[in-house]
Amino acid sequence: MPGDHGHDHSDVPSDLALRVKALESLLVEKGLVDPAALDVLIDTYETKVGPRNGAKVVARAWSDPAYKARLLSQAGKAIAEFGFTGRQGEDMIAVENTDTTHNMVVCTLCSCYPWPVLGLPPVWYKAAPYRARAVRDPRGVLKDFGVTLPKSTEIRVWDSTAELRYLVLPQRPAGTDGLSEDELANLVTRDSMIGTGLAKTPGQGGAP
Amino acid sequence: MNGAHDLGGMDGFGPVDPDPAQPVFKAAWERRVFAMTVATGFLGQWNIDKSRHARERMDPAEYLATSYYEHWLHGLETLLAETGILETAPAKPALKADQVEATLRKGATARLLDEVAPKFTPGQRVTVRNLNPTGHTRAPRYIRGRSGTIDRDHGVFVFPDTNAAGTGASPQHVYSVRFEARDVWGPEDTQGATVYIDLWDDYLEPA
Repeated sequence: MPGDHGHDHSDVPSDLALRVKALESLLVEKGLVDPAALDVLIDTYETKVGPRNGAKVVARAWSDPAYKARLLSQAGKAIAEFGFTGRQGEDMIAVENTDTTHNMVVCTLCSCYPWPVLGLPPVWYKAAPYRARAVRDPRGVLKDFGVTLPKSTEIRVWDSTAELRYLVLPQRPAGTDGLSEDELANLVTRDSMIGTGLAKTPGQGGAP
Repeated sequence: MNGAHDLGGMDGFGPVDPDPAQPVFKAAWERRVFAMTVATGFLGQWNIDKSRHARERMDPAEYLATSYYEHWLHGLETLLAETGILETAPAKPALKADQVEATLRKGATARLLDEVAPKFTPGQRVTVRNLNPTGHTRAPRYIRGRSGTIDRDHGVFVFPDTNAAGTGASPQHVYSVRFEARDVWGPEDTQGATVYIDLWDDYLEPA
């Protein structure tokens, strides 16, 4: 039906876009939102706050044993040393991957995610397949991400049901001795801090 | 409530699509829904638990058939209708652009300073009470009736069930409780996994 077809060629029905536009107009008219504030909120999470923050935290923990100890005992305070504080990161917990333990974070009930260190969650994190299977079939989910861990590795799945937000401290890859914090941060992927991926090895290509 | 949002352990949704090219927002309207939801939260007319409960009350078939930010849109429309703030002026002014950064940076912790004695201690065996409230709750269905071990005490927090109902914060301890996969999914489980779930005093009883 060409008459129903708007200029937006995505899979989103245009009536949804219109419904949202109408709602925003109403909220602005009633003085309940300031459109300029909405622009700042969007820009904050699209361009300023994202997984590069978490990567800096992880790189420091890999480089500085005292910092790592602080991160694992009082994550919120340790992360605040970088200024990464606030909404959806008020109470942080860091969990460490080792040769025998692999941590993976999910929110089966909604989409709880540590915004100050990772930004907003990726689409798959909020969608039914991940939320349904992460607690039941974590090895199968890891396989979807191309990750296979030894049978002997204990997989710990953290279901963030409360106002605690979890950051996975991935294992430092081999062959990274002597790398600077900045170089190490480039190896830390978003997924490695959720626990659905591993940190990259030097020379490995891009991964989320 | 036993809604469609409570997805843990369900089958049939297929594999996870970890496509790294997926943007945070798939369409322009999603950006606006996200920002309107965050901004109106600062009007002080509802709290995060009421907000979650508004999304959870979406018709279950519709919830499963729609995208994430459609859930948010439904939730926001529900909250606006139920609070009536489109008709009556809110007590607080709208969040301004120059307030956004400081407001986000400050956050809003659910941790409370109330001195409440913990009912359980790390290492103790506990069972999740078989509660099926029709209101908001954060004890997922898959863990009710299961037994695990208190791993750590996170301290005192707002209790979502009463906070969503508007009947108070009911300050109480939240614990990370460790469950063996076999104790959750049965003896056939071969994952060698453990599940750690954050649970409040009122959800638990001694095993």
